[in-house]
Amino acid sequence: MTDLAADLAPTPGQTIGPFFHYALPYAHDRELVPPGRAGAVRLHGHVYDGAGNGVPDALVEIRHADPSGAVPAVEGSIRREGGAFTGWGRSTTDRTGRYWFSTLEPGPTRAGGAACFAVTVFARGLLNRLFTRVYVPGDDAALAAEPLLAGLPADERTRLVAVREPGGDLWFDVHLQGERETVFLSFPRHRDCT
Amino acid sequence: MESQELISKEIADLQDSRPGLGQPLLDFAPYRSAVLRHPTKDPRPADPEGAELVAPVFGHSDVDPLEADLTIQSGQSGGEPIGERIVVTGRVVDGDGRPVRGQLVEIWQANAAGRYVHQRDQHPAPIDPHFTGLGRCLTDDDGGYRFTTIKPGPYPWRNHRNAWRPAHIHFSLFGTDFTQRLITQMYFPGDPLFALDPIYQSITDEAARARLVASYDHHLSEHEWLLGYRWDIVLTGSHATYVEPEDGDDD
Ligand SMILES: [Fe+2]
Repeated sequence: MTDLAADLAPTPGQTIGPFFHYALPYAHDRELVPPGRAGAVRLHGHVYDGAGNGVPDALVEIRHADPSGAVPAVEGSIRREGGAFTGWGRSTTDRTGRYWFSTLEPGPTRAGGAACFAVTVFARGLLNRLFTRVYVPGDDAALAAEPLLAGLPADERTRLVAVREPGGDLWFDVHLQGERETVFLSFPRHRDCT
Repeated sequence: MESQELISKEIADLQDSRPGLGQPLLDFAPYRSAVLRHPTKDPRPADPEGAELVAPVFGHSDVDPLEADLTIQSGQSGGEPIGERIVVTGRVVDGDGRPVRGQLVEIWQANAAGRYVHQRDQHPAPIDPHFTGLGRCLTDDDGGYRFTTIKPGPYPWRNHRNAWRPAHIHFSLFGTDFTQRLITQMYFPGDPLFALDPIYQSITDEAARARLVASYDHHLSEHEWLLGYRWDIVLTGSHATYVEPEDGDDD
């Protein structure tokens, strides 16, 4: 039972479970822009468990700026017919654990900053959501100056930066556990409630 | 398969060793699927920036108001779903008590017999041709949401022998910034399965677990029509207006 006036403690999370596939996905959920459109880039990879197996029942969401560094705050992510770039998308993983998005490459949201995708990961077996970032490779000076990256050991830092593929697409794997475990993030207000 | 007694013993041991956690313990082995799917390192503290400070925006072009009534979604077949008709309503507020306005709420659930419309659900209970069990709505200016649906049934799963999930509705929520994203489950009061369920019990603080349980509200029930449940949701605080607390506040 909740009494909001007395209790502003956050509602706990719970796993997304195994049965979200008929509810959360929708047409063009992962196509922030249509694949093949000028400027479209693919951000893709796998979600892996601690044994190195692909997680076939994960859900990945991304939020990011447009190429100019502006973060869109416009509706239209569920019915994309309007053609607005909303800067938000959702992808299930397939049987091999692979997710993908077709989107525009984000620009830095502040001068000299490092461009990145904000990412949330959900899965059956994962009891609460996880946050991470996917940094865009290329601007070495900006990446070196990025506070989060600068505080990480070299291997963890490398793994938070997407790999540019020969065709221009971006590759980023999520490892929920194990030697290559992804660096997951907590934000100040998350620590109000643990 | 392992026994409920073994799972319950593991739950009790973990709750003794890690008491008082207001969010699920990710490394919670009584939920067997968590064993290979929890990070082993604590999350890295980061300051939100850029896109993390702005939640995605949803609007009336995204969500049809009819999507909030799960009892009329199989309209063309003309029939009504089987089960207890209920309304589930409440408010979405952030960690400072501010209503989250005009934001997307998504739900999905089993039917009255405990069966999902999902290929992977092998529970030998009937599919209801008049119930899909998924809904969406936008919160109003007070952060309010409201769904008309059918009370879901408990269902068995293969975590251990004779494992049953307490009846629940899955909720997906957004705040005003991206860091407030939440997916959770709402439960019904008095469910005898609570004590046995490793997903519910992964939150080791009893008061925090209770925040996932709706309350029956007779004022919401409608004469000869449906029963009412109230469930309010508190997201984590927004960072968009966040200022580090200082000593000597004037309150
Ligand atoms: Fe469920």
